[in-house]
Amino acid sequence: MSSNAGTAARPSRSMVRSLRRWESALVLILIAVIAFATIESPDFLTTTTIFFGGLDIGQIAIMALPLTLIVITGEIDLSVAAMLGLSACVFGYAFEHGTGAALAIVIALLVGALGGSLNGFLIARLGLPSIAVTIGTLTMFRGIAEVVLGNSEVTNYPTGLTVIGSKPIFAHLAYPFLFFLILAAIYAVVLHKTPVGRSLYAIGLNKEAAFFSGIRVNRTKFILYLLSGVVCAFAGIVYALQNDSSIYTAGQGLELNVVAVVLFGGVSIFGGRGSVLGVVLSVLIVAASQVAFTLINISSEEQQIIFGVLLLFSVLVPNSAAGYRRLQAWINQVRRSAPAAGAGPSG
Amino acid sequence: MSVTKAPQVVAHPAPAARQHRVAETVSRFRPAVIALLILVIFGGTTIKNSSFDGLSNIQAMLSISAIYLLLSVGETMVIVTRNVDLSVGSTLGISAFAVGEIYNHDPHMTMVVIFLAGIGIGAVCGAIIGLITTVARVPSLVVTLAALYIIRGLDNIVGSGVQIEPSVIPHTLVSLGYSTVVGIPWLFVLVVVVALAAAFWMRSFPAGRELYAIGSDPEAAVLAGIPVARRVFTVFVISGALAGLGGVLFLAQQATVDSTAGTGYELVIVTAVVVGGVAIFGGSGSVIGAVLGALLLQVINQALVAAQISAFWDSAIAGAMLLAAISFDRLISFRASRALVATEGVSYVE
Repeated sequence: MSSNAGTAARPSRSMVRSLRRWESALVLILIAVIAFATIESPDFLTTTTIFFGGLDIGQIAIMALPLTLIVITGEIDLSVAAMLGLSACVFGYAFEHGTGAALAIVIALLVGALGGSLNGFLIARLGLPSIAVTIGTLTMFRGIAEVVLGNSEVTNYPTGLTVIGSKPIFAHLAYPFLFFLILAAIYAVVLHKTPVGRSLYAIGLNKEAAFFSGIRVNRTKFILYLLSGVVCAFAGIVYALQNDSSIYTAGQGLELNVVAVVLFGGVSIFGGRGSVLGVVLSVLIVAASQVAFTLINISSEEQQIIFGVLLLFSVLVPNSAAGYRRLQAWINQVRRSAPAAGAGPSG
Repeated sequence: MSVTKAPQVVAHPAPAARQHRVAETVSRFRPAVIALLILVIFGGTTIKNSSFDGLSNIQAMLSISAIYLLLSVGETMVIVTRNVDLSVGSTLGISAFAVGEIYNHDPHMTMVVIFLAGIGIGAVCGAIIGLITTVARVPSLVVTLAALYIIRGLDNIVGSGVQIEPSVIPHTLVSLGYSTVVGIPWLFVLVVVVALAAAFWMRSFPAGRELYAIGSDPEAAVLAGIPVARRVFTVFVISGALAGLGGVLFLAQQATVDSTAGTGYELVIVTAVVVGGVAIFGGSGSVIGAVLGALLLQVINQALVAAQISAFWDSAIAGAMLLAAISFDRLISFRASRALVATEGVSYVE
């Protein structure tokens, strides 16, 4: 904000505009959730909340980051949770066959890179619609995970690693959540402060214009999907270690939750709009409300409804001004046409 | 192709038209190719495993597939208009549960009421989604994703602590799940009738054709005077109603229901529809193709079990089929557009 004397009394244009951003609404919602939870349950404002809230949301939060960038370019990746499952299984398989944890992690990340490249190749190179491709790879990755592990479960990972699911690291943060925060910081810098990051908005707003202004649209998209594969594979390793278990159903059905978190964070499904801050706030709201609702005995089913309603609002509210104008125009049109219709068919 | 360098000045439309016709023929053949694949799988599994060839196995297969086929009919209509309905699984769940609840209160309720109730609940869900999508003009992907959670949540709340015992479900309904007419399961017959009606409507009625116009170019459709909002609203109501009907059939098939019924169906259905040749961004595809796509995936699924190949391969194959299907479509459209460019010098064809 500029240090203009007038801003204190009369908010400047840019300030008003920044207040009208969806992120501001998210901050208010977050405050409301925390206030509500604190009043309703004395157990909310404790360190356990921070730990378990972060632990529960960890993998969804991590997968939301690469998806944010992809949605900003106007594409989508529904294969994130299946990649998590595949990576958890490959990690477990490799570990079980005596590769040792370090090599198993490398192998799982490589599988992530491979799966991400497949998405990237089909979408960026062949130009296939990303929603269809990633529904396909979603099914395929989950299928390969089934083939790799079958019905068996890999467990008994070294306790030195499974600690990420049982102990906080510092300031009562769970490891998975700390991983998310570190990644979020990196993603925020890349998206908002680098030319490559800014170019994602250009791609999302107008692919052709972006291409003709010298942005390598296809290469950028390919890299985004590659990164998404690697990051989701990382989330899969975190999942396996945190739960001390690798099964082929790991993270099944989470893809839509991840999409919902991203969209609730104010990222436009049409591309070109959204911020890492919004997604981080969205993650915090979901994490806080999960803990809060559990504490005050709102069942997870009712939480689903609240989440669905919030998701709906996240698209309705930014659209409400335009929607209101359309409604006005429509009412006027009906008013005008009503007498004309009464007069019978004319011309 | 027979296309050589066309004269520069006056482009002859015939080669392009022929090329276009090739593409069209191939896409028309899509249902036939899928049907052939289904027969091959039937045949192949029969040879591999002699216990599979029994008529009852095929009957069971058709019966189990019926609900997926039904949902893919509604989903096709929605996707053709360049929308998507992710709420079908939840709608099916709540309808199945509500119908079960009716039986809990009155086990002697007539079938007509039951079917109307199921369809009605689905239609109401679809109508709400359709209203939000068309009035607020927000993307259907987000609206139906939200609806997926909201409806499933309602289903869970209504369903918590309530048991639908198989004993309260009357025999007339349950027998729909396994009885056959001339060897074909009733469920399957019902679904085929619905699919044929929908296919006929989309093929031969102005309103049905308008769905394709909307999906090809929504703005052009508005300018052409098509009531876009009303048509989109209608397809969401139809999709919801069919999901509601699916709920009744689910109850008939399972004779019991809990609040997780239909979970995860949405992406399976979208996969089936796209494998069946419906373009994910609307404007092309047929109900028959989509239904055959759904049947193919179900048949593969069950053939793997019957042939004692590890059923774990099922998802991997389904995913690969989807990728192959869209890659094939891309190839066809690419060739067709290149032929157009070569013959007419037009480059605006994507």
